[in-house]
Amino acid sequence: MTTLRASRAADRGIASVSTDAGDVVIRTTGLTRVYATGRTEVRALDGVDVSVREGEFVAVMGASGSGKSTLMNILGCLDKPTAGSYELDGIRVEELDKNALAEIRNQRIGFVFQSFNLLARTAAIDNVELPLLYDRSGRKIDSRKAAAEALERVGLADRMDHEPSEMSGGEQQRVAIARALVGQPSLILADEPTGNLDSRTSVDVMTLFQDLNDQGITVIIVTHEPEIARYCKRIIRMRDGRVIVDEPVRDRRCARDDLERLAYLDEQNVAEVAV
Amino acid sequence: MKASVLTKVATQSILKNKMRTLLTMLGIIIGVGAVILMVAIGQGAQGQIQRQIEGLGTNLIVIAPGTSNTGGVSGGAGSFNRLTVDDVEKLERETVLLAGVSPVIATGSQVIGGQGNWRTRINGVSVDYATIRDWGTTSGSFFDDADQRSMARVAVIGQTVKEALFPDSDPVGEQIQLRNVPFRVIGVLEPKGQSAEGTDQDDVILAPYTTVRTRLSGRSFVPQILASTFSPEEIPSAQEEIALIMREAHDLAEWEADDFTVRNQADLTDAAQGTTEVMTVLLSAVAGISLLVGGIGIMNIMLVSVTERTREIGVRLSIGARGSDVLTQFLVEAIVMSAIGGALGVGLGFASAQVLANATGWSTAISPTTVGVALAFSAAIGIFFGFYPARQASSLDPIEALRYE
Repeated sequence: MTTLRASRAADRGIASVSTDAGDVVIRTTGLTRVYATGRTEVRALDGVDVSVREGEFVAVMGASGSGKSTLMNILGCLDKPTAGSYELDGIRVEELDKNALAEIRNQRIGFVFQSFNLLARTAAIDNVELPLLYDRSGRKIDSRKAAAEALERVGLADRMDHEPSEMSGGEQQRVAIARALVGQPSLILADEPTGNLDSRTSVDVMTLFQDLNDQGITVIIVTHEPEIARYCKRIIRMRDGRVIVDEPVRDRRCARDDLERLAYLDEQNVAEVAV
Repeated sequence: MKASVLTKVATQSILKNKMRTLLTMLGIIIGVGAVILMVAIGQGAQGQIQRQIEGLGTNLIVIAPGTSNTGGVSGGAGSFNRLTVDDVEKLERETVLLAGVSPVIATGSQVIGGQGNWRTRINGVSVDYATIRDWGTTSGSFFDDADQRSMARVAVIGQTVKEALFPDSDPVGEQIQLRNVPFRVIGVLEPKGQSAEGTDQDDVILAPYTTVRTRLSGRSFVPQILASTFSPEEIPSAQEEIALIMREAHDLAEWEADDFTVRNQADLTDAAQGTTEVMTVLLSAVAGISLLVGGIGIMNIMLVSVTERTREIGVRLSIGARGSDVLTQFLVEAIVMSAIGGALGVGLGFASAQVLANATGWSTAISPTTVGVALAFSAAIGIFFGFYPARQASSLDPIEALRYE
């Protein structure tokens, strides 16, 4: 019954992105992850079938314990499934060893975390350059230049030499996004990227994600805030390790418009206070 | 990761936490400094003893009475004194290789003269003694052949005796009395300081052995004969020559053993060197232990830093660093820290050796080998004690590491 519902949901998901008509980036079948804690087993993921095509913008939602973090870890190649299969760009990830997984994380995935996870006392540009230092692919990149370009792309060209402690939360998250972008990954995974930010800055960061997505980058974010999910194109809802809803976002919002509206309201407020 | 990038990452991380780095390096700095200082003291002492032994005279050969062996009962060294003035004279006449020969007829006496009296050693020696011991005079001169032949009552006094009897004036030409026999002071010896055994070499009066034998001692036996060669290379053949002449002088049959011993300076040096080498090894061992403790300090801080930097390790792993990358980074950090610490330690060692030398007047010596060994050892400690924390860091699970608060 549940499987049926999940697969139907998956069908709908694929249908929703048919308009984008990109290649399949992610395809999971029967993805299961069991944690053995003492005598009890916890099925954090229980047969998840999801596919994501190039250019999609997916929000994974669910209460804590629903399995969304476990799903993110496996999609991010930080963890391996107990059962089922996961293909990233056609590569069967569950068959890879530790070093190959590190290579995949380096080449194909950009991570953005809730708590930014920038190296302290390290200039923005050095933080952004970091993934390129671990690049073993042999591709010839001027890592310094690439890092500078990534920072320009997130609008921080003038803050390259600032350390995280000298920047606001929103700026730090932009640096983290630049770091995720710098290796030109096929996928950006963001785990609660707005969880530590106020609402205005959240919208600001979502503007950036929407811009990046418009440029063709596939983005998957985990969030529990419905208003954040509304900036995405597709929502996957999870409960007890299963996908319960997989549907396109109906009234999708444009973060840039919202930001302008907020700015306008501020002006009005200032004006009212002045009067 | 390329070596240059690796070094850059490690250096950045070291510089990011200067206090931690300094504390970590302190153990190594002190350890290496202590090793350098201890070895410097040991080697300095060795050099000083070497110089003191050389101060006995250059290319010195000592002839002493041998053992008596009567009916199979050995009396031990010196038990049967058969060295005589005749032996000395025969050596002088017949030698080809020796630069000088001198008996040392030692006696002790109260000496009266100048501002009071003083008890000291009186050595009856020959004219050659000054050459053999390489001992000049600060004022006046040594006695000559004529004095020796005529048994002149002349004396050359050591620095200590001069200080005791004539602290403020030049004693040359003054009279002193040895056992009621008046002697004329004709010279003051250069100060030589303590001997390797710790006796004051300047507390002595030298007089012609002919005079001492007839006027003071009265004995015809000679407790010790000193000789010297022109060059160190000639010492072994000179020793053989001495043995030949002495056997002839003592009329020994072929089957009879030598009734005298002939030793050279190298034998004396070896004994003294042995002692100081033991001391150097001991000091270095103590210093080595402090270096080891410094290494454990590095391990401790690195382990703490693995815990402290768990998130950083998690971030690095999540963006594609391999376990081996993290391992090498931590290892390189440890090595860079101990290498810099080692270099600073060498500086500290040099400085403290210098300070010590100035403050105490001890001689210190630092050889390039010491510096090289200390540096290599501290780098090895970096690798050894850096490896365990580095492996801990590299084996972290990225998810756990990222979740770590």
